[in-house]
Amino acid sequence: MMANADRVRHVLSKLTRTEGLANDDDIFGRGFLNSLNAVQLISLIESEFGVRVEDADLDITNFRSVVAIAGFVAQKTGAEERTS
Amino acid sequence: MTHVQDPVGSLSRQIKCVIWDLDNTLWQGILLEGDDVRPFPHIPKLLRELDERGILHSIASKNEREPALERLRSLGLEEYFLVPQIGWQPKSQSISRIAEALNLGVESLAFVDDQAFERDEVTFSVPQVACYAAEDSAALAELPEFMPRFVTDDSARRRSMYQADLARQAVEADFEGPKDAFLASLGMRMTISPATEDDLQRVEELTVRTNQLNATGYTYSYETLRGFIRGGDHQLLVVELEDRYGSYGKVGIALIDVRDGRRWLLKLLLMSCRVASRGVGNVLLGHIANQARDRGVARLCAEFIKTDRNHLMYVTYRLAGFREAGQAGEAQLLEMPLDRRLDMPGYVEVVASGLSSSAGSQEVCHG
Repeated sequence: MMANADRVRHVLSKLTRTEGLANDDDIFGRGFLNSLNAVQLISLIESEFGVRVEDADLDITNFRSVVAIAGFVAQKTGAEERTS
Repeated sequence: MTHVQDPVGSLSRQIKCVIWDLDNTLWQGILLEGDDVRPFPHIPKLLRELDERGILHSIASKNEREPALERLRSLGLEEYFLVPQIGWQPKSQSISRIAEALNLGVESLAFVDDQAFERDEVTFSVPQVACYAAEDSAALAELPEFMPRFVTDDSARRRSMYQADLARQAVEADFEGPKDAFLASLGMRMTISPATEDDLQRVEELTVRTNQLNATGYTYSYETLRGFIRGGDHQLLVVELEDRYGSYGKVGIALIDVRDGRRWLLKLLLMSCRVASRGVGNVLLGHIANQARDRGVARLCAEFIKTDRNHLMYVTYRLAGFREAGQAGEAQLLEMPLDRRLDMPGYVEVVASGLSSSAGSQEVCHG
């Protein structure tokens, strides 16, 4: 989980140009992300972690912070391992 | 004045930018041969007239850059031309650079040159560009592709808005630091106000021009829109954005069905793609949610109709906190919980005037 958080932080740094995001920073509220790079964020998460983000997954609670995204990815990869 | 939105592609061609050659096209003579070049007599008026219609101008000329720009300056014409490409590269390459810098599709570009060789080179490499011989240029303003469907206040300001955009892009590219610091440095101010009759043409124009950031693709005639602002059943909001580089113009609209005082329904939300990277969609949605909450509205719903181009808007809604809430006819229904006031981001100042609801609420301003 923590390893994931660091990878998420790294992915986010490509979009936000900041390395120093704390685990709980609200990345939307602080203006780091908007409709345009939210779409980029989702495709980066898909390519970096090999998961597929469905429309049903597009809940703000899954993407609000580093920790939320890491948790979402863990849950997705776990779910995909179980079904495969 | 009723407009039906044609499917993209079947629209007749509309020119958004004219790219000019200089020697013996814009002016008479050849600068590098020492001629005292003067613009052809019809040129200054033509540049101004197209500019007022919201059609941009640029340059693709094989010349020495500085002397050519200096000449344009002394003729008082330099201000018309965005991202002039003056050098020895092929003109097709200059045109591609202009399309990229202005974020315009090549099918919306016109190229004017006195030399058939240059027009052929462009047609061979970028066949979508409309080419015109210099000797035909006096009649350009009469051609249908140079007559926009809409000429609004924003049309006349389009050049200065692009100039401001180019200045911002240069600053953004050089900005070393986090994205939120960059946004804060812009000093953005977003004005949200009820539409007036003067705004309706621009509202129509936005519904026709905007594909990617349009939540439903609904278009409304001028008369219908006027009915909305006169009656009490709907709120039609217009968003204007400015920053320290200038105004972006009117960049967004929201149409809210407020007939049911307990449940507001967003029928239409659209934002110009030029502001997609500014987080403006989220701010507008947050503002509407807070206004609804302040008026004791229990539920805020939104209609969304998927097209092959508007996934961006779906993501905007979902990541602003809207959840799927069933169907309403052909539209998907989304709903945002109103359990708490939303914090507005610090990088944009929101100035809201009178979202004067049919419930008769007072005018509210948020700083």
